[in-house]
Amino acid sequence: MIRVQREDFDVGAELNKLGEGNLRVGGIVSFVGLVRDVAGGEKITAMTLEHYPAMTEKALADIEAEARRRWPLEACLIIHRFGRLEPGDRIVLVATSSAHRDAAFESCHFLIDWLKTRAPFWKLEETPDGERWVEAQASDDRAAQRWSEE
Amino acid sequence: MRLLYFAWLRTRIGKAEETVEPPREVVTVAALVEWLKGRGPNFAEALKNAKLVRVAVNREYVTWDHPVAPGDEVALFPPVTGG
Repeated sequence: MIRVQREDFDVGAELNKLGEGNLRVGGIVSFVGLVRDVAGGEKITAMTLEHYPAMTEKALADIEAEARRRWPLEACLIIHRFGRLEPGDRIVLVATSSAHRDAAFESCHFLIDWLKTRAPFWKLEETPDGERWVEAQASDDRAAQRWSEE
Repeated sequence: MRLLYFAWLRTRIGKAEETVEPPREVVTVAALVEWLKGRGPNFAEALKNAKLVRVAVNREYVTWDHPVAPGDEVALFPPVTGG
């Protein structure tokens, strides 16, 4: 399931829903991404996430479909926020459930790695010296590449 | 053809979207970007480093040899930084 929204989300409530009513679920793994107050040694006062509304949900659904192709998942949830966020705010929730923990751990890790290089979002940071667009990190590309199928 | 610009491509070009009618010989993403660069210094500056420009045609990521046609929605943007 994919949700792209401006509002915050309740991690506990979302994880509860992921397991409820499905007794085949043996474990749930989640990742929550937060806004930090520092980047590259500089103070961050806020961050605005821009996205490509017409494409975002489809891009995330494609990533979910790829995870479901690779692992036997009972449920898969991606919630990604957009708009202006402040340090400490939640940006993204990725959660997966499966009969066994390996599939849940691996697929959750895969989803956040792929999302970082494939979901059409861009971050604009506010610092005391002004605004700046976050540059894509080579380390994120390498993280995504570790999941490439040879 | 509908063009969309995001993040610093949007701010450097100075608009979020527009509708254009490129000449008939513009049939690939690469040709479209070359044509756009000739439309003004803001376009030339924003698109000068091809390595930093990603493209989606009709909401699918594509490479620069991908065809473009009248009626397409073409989005130009920097490498994504979500998550």
